Amino acid sequence: MPTQRITDRFDRVRAEKRAALVTYVMAGDPDLETSYQTLCALRDNGADIIELGAPFTDPMADGPAIQLAGQRSLKAGTKLADVLALAKRFRAEDKETPLILMGYANPVFHMGYAAFAESAADAGIDGTILVDLPPEEDHELREAYEKYGISVIRLATPTTTEKRIAKVAEGASGFLYYVAVAGVTGAGSADPEDIREGVERAQKVSGLPVCVGFGVRTGEQAAAMAGIADGVVVGTAFVDHVRLALESGDTGSIAGRIGGLAKELSTALKGVSS
Amino acid sequence: MNKLNTWAQWPDEKGRFGEFGGRYVAETLMPLILELEEEYRAAKKDPAFAAQMDDFWEHYVGRPSPLYHAERMSEHFGGPKIYFKRDELNHTGSHKINNCLGQVLLALRMGKTRIIAETGAGQHGVATATACARFGLPCTVFMGATDVVRQKPNVFRMKLLGAEIVPVSSGTGTLKDAMNEALRDWVTNVHDTFYVIGTAAGPHPYPEMVRDFQSVIGKEARRQMLEREGRLPDAVMACIGGGSNAIGLFHPFIEDEGVRLIGVEAAGHGIETGEHAAALNGGQPGILHGNKTYLLQTDDGQIIDAHSISAGLDYPGIGPEHAFLRDTGRAEYLTCTDKEALDAFQLCTRLEGIIPALEPAHAIARLGEVCDSLGKDGLLIMNLCGRGDKDIFSVAEHLGMDI
Repeated sequence: MPTQRITDRFDRVRAEKRAALVTYVMAGDPDLETSYQTLCALRDNGADIIELGAPFTDPMADGPAIQLAGQRSLKAGTKLADVLALAKRFRAEDKETPLILMGYANPVFHMGYAAFAESAADAGIDGTILVDLPPEEDHELREAYEKYGISVIRLATPTTTEKRIAKVAEGASGFLYYVAVAGVTGAGSADPEDIREGVERAQKVSGLPVCVGFGVRTGEQAAAMAGIADGVVVGTAFVDHVRLALESGDTGSIAGRIGGLAKELSTALKGVSS
Repeated sequence: MNKLNTWAQWPDEKGRFGEFGGRYVAETLMPLILELEEEYRAAKKDPAFAAQMDDFWEHYVGRPSPLYHAERMSEHFGGPKIYFKRDELNHTGSHKINNCLGQVLLALRMGKTRIIAETGAGQHGVATATACARFGLPCTVFMGATDVVRQKPNVFRMKLLGAEIVPVSSGTGTLKDAMNEALRDWVTNVHDTFYVIGTAAGPHPYPEMVRDFQSVIGKEARRQMLEREGRLPDAVMACIGGGSNAIGLFHPFIEDEGVRLIGVEAAGHGIETGEHAAALNGGQPGILHGNKTYLLQTDDGQIIDAHSISAGLDYPGIGPEHAFLRDTGRAEYLTCTDKEALDAFQLCTRLEGIIPALEPAHAIARLGEVCDSLGKDGLLIMNLCGRGDKDIFSVAEHLGMDI
């Protein structure tokens, strides 16, 4: 069962007494073949969980870096079915690394929740994060996922009150994604001490591992966050490498650059006990 | 469905109009949306809030707006009496101020100290900047970069009123991108900022709240028509972009099943060309900007840019209550092309001495068919929701005239 893959991964990470490295890249940025190489590079350099971005024309929770990545991917013609095919290709060789599809509700809704759930299960997707589908609106999707064991990964934020965290936890599975700063992706970073209480509350109420993201770019920042969470999510810093490679006209270097950053981050996380 | 308490009971407690509406926002915004709903419920019940609104509507906006018998238009179309609800005479020149005042007063009740808004043509931006100037609140307006260039007079008006204008070049630099950017600002400044949405769309409670504020249009029109003609109209009619002026006119008639509700969407270059803004006639259900509704989208669920000669209708979605009224058949939704709107703009100007905005010109363009269907003794109200001063430059350009 897919959720099992997530559970197994956190068991392993816990046994190694460290935090999980969760990485985000945009599928099809700048093309699907490069994305495939990138996924392999992430896995080979210590990414524990991979979030695969599905592009959307109106990414209202994302900062400029991920907005542009989505536009590059759409320009290259990436469709939701292509993102699923990319996941399937990766899953054919890698049976262990959890794959989370991350994006917005409309493309999934448009495909139909049932049809999407079937294709996602077939592609070896373990969970999804749909940013604009809060707990109030995701029960139809959860029903569609049930028979395949796909997780709905929920978000918690500094604005999530003590009362509300129970609502967020109810029906969540896999892990919780704790958004460290109120804002869009790639904006400012949080002081781990400021969110420690919120993260602990999320862990306690949900009984799930809690991964912290937004504003984490470097090994040093990741190590600092690792002290208070079960996992650390890095996205914009990876996506920036795609842009930098494209700007220097060197598409061939993308997987290498991204692998390099994954190495730096995973090495930094090995030094901290979670 | 039951005969009574059917149409006016929506939205339900989840913010749904049938299957449409809802609260599709990121978790960071959810607590605020829930708080807003609570505050709005309290304000709605508070006689002091209602009294404050009435006072501003009367003395600041100039309400009630007249219900005017457009005799020459009626003659032109061969019979039925056409009445214009003159919301173009409001302060700032359109119906937008009805809603902005309500939301800004609510923001003050909630202790918010900063206002943001999105705007396309600039009418909602000007109305929001006006309300902010009146109450001394800082105001930031997000506007597509191309619209900033096209709508210079409104940009200048907003600046005079003290608003900060943020040109948005992300995405395709249009109204929907301005709305994305406003949502990004809101999520970042959620602690002190109130987002004044300009149309009856977005996450619950916005569609309900904007509808309620705009319903002053229909309440007045209903009362005025009963006074003038001693009976209800056979049809009420309005143009539709997001649909706030239309729902404001429709809603007080919604339980009067003998009254036809007729919306007119912008067909741009024609529905068949794909270059239009008619979400109900040329779109499919989807999820965007906090609600489930009809959207212009590709077969992969990506949002398509809208096109209309009228910047105020140039949006790929529509308020969720209209989606519901369409699917249930309670309201009818027609379309009008850019060219038909231009013709209607000129017709109304010549026959009635009223220069309409290009938005209501879309509704004017469909008066002929609607009048034919009503017969000689028919009675019709059309919402003249904005005046055309802002449009004279683009109309001149389309007509090939120099000014």
